[in-house]
Amino acid sequence: MSAPSLGKDLVGLEPLSAEQIELILDTAEPFKEVSERAIKKVPALRGKTIVNLFFEASTRTRISFEFAEKRLSADTVNVAAVGSSVSKGETLVDTARNLEAMRIDMVVIRHGSSGAAQFLGQRIRSNVINAGDGKHEHPTQGLLDMLTLRDRFKRIEGLKVAICGDILHSRVARSNIWGLTKLGAEVGVCGPASLLPRNVQELGVTILPRIEDAIQWADALNVLRLQLERMEGGFLPSLREYNRVFGVTSERLARAPKDLIILHPGPMNRGVEIDSDVADGPHSVILPQVTNGVAVRMAVLYLLAGGSPDWAQGGDESR
Amino acid sequence: MPSRTPLLDDRAFGRTLARMASEVVERSGGTEELVLVGIQRRGVELADRLKRLIDASEGSNLPCGKLDITLYRDDLQTIGPRPIVGETSLPDLDGKTVVIVDDVLYTGRTVRAALDEFADFGRPRRVLLCVLIDRGGRELPIQADIVGTSASAGPGDRVDVFVSELDGRDAAELVRGK
Repeated sequence: MSAPSLGKDLVGLEPLSAEQIELILDTAEPFKEVSERAIKKVPALRGKTIVNLFFEASTRTRISFEFAEKRLSADTVNVAAVGSSVSKGETLVDTARNLEAMRIDMVVIRHGSSGAAQFLGQRIRSNVINAGDGKHEHPTQGLLDMLTLRDRFKRIEGLKVAICGDILHSRVARSNIWGLTKLGAEVGVCGPASLLPRNVQELGVTILPRIEDAIQWADALNVLRLQLERMEGGFLPSLREYNRVFGVTSERLARAPKDLIILHPGPMNRGVEIDSDVADGPHSVILPQVTNGVAVRMAVLYLLAGGSPDWAQGGDESR
Repeated sequence: MPSRTPLLDDRAFGRTLARMASEVVERSGGTEELVLVGIQRRGVELADRLKRLIDASEGSNLPCGKLDITLYRDDLQTIGPRPIVGETSLPDLDGKTVVIVDDVLYTGRTVRAALDEFADFGRPRRVLLCVLIDRGGRELPIQADIVGTSASAGPGDRVDVFVSELDGRDAAELVRGK
C-alpha cells in the first residue's frame, strides 16, 4: 500500500489537497508512538542530511524540527543567519547552493520574506520545508493545530474554529485558514479591525468582531501571539487596552455555551492575548500542541523524503 | 490472466491455525513469559487468533503486540512513494519468549527489520518466527520455526492471504502470472 505523494516541497497548505493534508495527519499518528519509546529513534531517514536554515529567531519550531529529524535518524546541521555568511551579504540562493554542493538532502527554512521557501524550492534539488516565511504560511504549525483539534474532537469537518488576535501579520492564521477550510471546518477570525487583513472574508472566513462573539460561536479558539515586534506601526493603542478588549480570560470563558478548547502557537504573552489561568487551565491544549508538533514534522519529513510521484513504484515487498 | 491455486481453504485454515497454536506453546515450553507479536497488517489478525486459541486451551492471557516495520525497511531510501505506516504497540519484551507472527515468509527482509526494531524496545530472551505460509525465495539467512504450510512460489508469483476480520473470509491462495 503506497501513499499519495506530497511532491518535492512543503511550501504551504494552500497548494495541498484535502487528501494530502489528511495523509500527513494520518501519518503523524504512528509517529506519536515513536516519541513515547524508551529509544526514541527509528532508522527511516538514516543517511539523509538536513539543514535547518533559520533566518529568523525561533526556539520551539527549530527544536521541534531538530527532534523530528533526529528521531528519524537524519543527520542535521543548524544554520542561523546571525554568525553565518548570510550576515556578510550572501544571497539566499547562494547560501542554499553552497549547502547543496555539500550534498544535502533537505532544507528546512524560516525566513522573514513571504515566498522565500517557494523561491528556494524552485532553485535547488533538495526538498524544501517551509518553517515560516514572512506573513505567508507556517504549514507545519497549521498541521499540528489540526492534529490537536482532531485528537480532541475526532474530526475536523464541521468544527468551528475562531482564530483570535493579529490575523494581519500571522502566517499561522493563514495556514490554519487554508488547512481547516479544506478539511471542511468553519473558520472565524476575531481581532481589532486594524489587525484583520482587508477582504479577509474572501478566504471563506466569518468575521467575529468581539472576543465574546468568538467564545459564543466556537468549538475551539486558536489564540495568536500578539507580535509585539510588529507593533510599531500604531496598530494598537496599548497592550493593556488589548487585553481589556480582546484578552482570553477565565471570566469570559466561563460564559461559553460549549466546552471550548484553547490553542496557542506560542510563545505566549501572558496577560496580553491570554491570561495565565487560561493558558494553564483545563481548556488549554497548548502543551499537547507542542508534542504533536514533533509528530507532524516527522510525518512531513518522512513523506517528502520519498521523492516525486513519477518515481518508479517500489512499493511493498511483493508476495 | 493470472491463475489462482488455493493453498488453504476456510476449513484447512482453521485446522492449520489450531496446529500452529499448539506448536507455539510446545516450542516455547509453556505460556509463561510468552509474548505474541503480529506484523502489520495480516500478522496482527493471525497473532490475535493464535492468542485466542492458546488462551482457550491453556487458560492463559497472553500479551499480544503489533509491529509495523515500515520505518525499519532496508529499501526505504530507494523506493518511491512512501508506504503507509501502521500502528506499533508492544508489551514488555525484556526476558520474554517473543513469537513473531506473519502471514507470508518470502525474502526474510521483513523479519530482519522486525528483529532490528525489537532491539530498540528491549531484549527478548528468545525470538521465534511463526508464519502461515512459507513461500520460499529467501534473500537472507532467516528461517521459520513454526510453519502453517509451505508453497513453492516463483519470483513472479504472489501469495494472497485473506482473513475474515479484514477480508470476510479465511483463505490462502497462490497467484501465478500477471
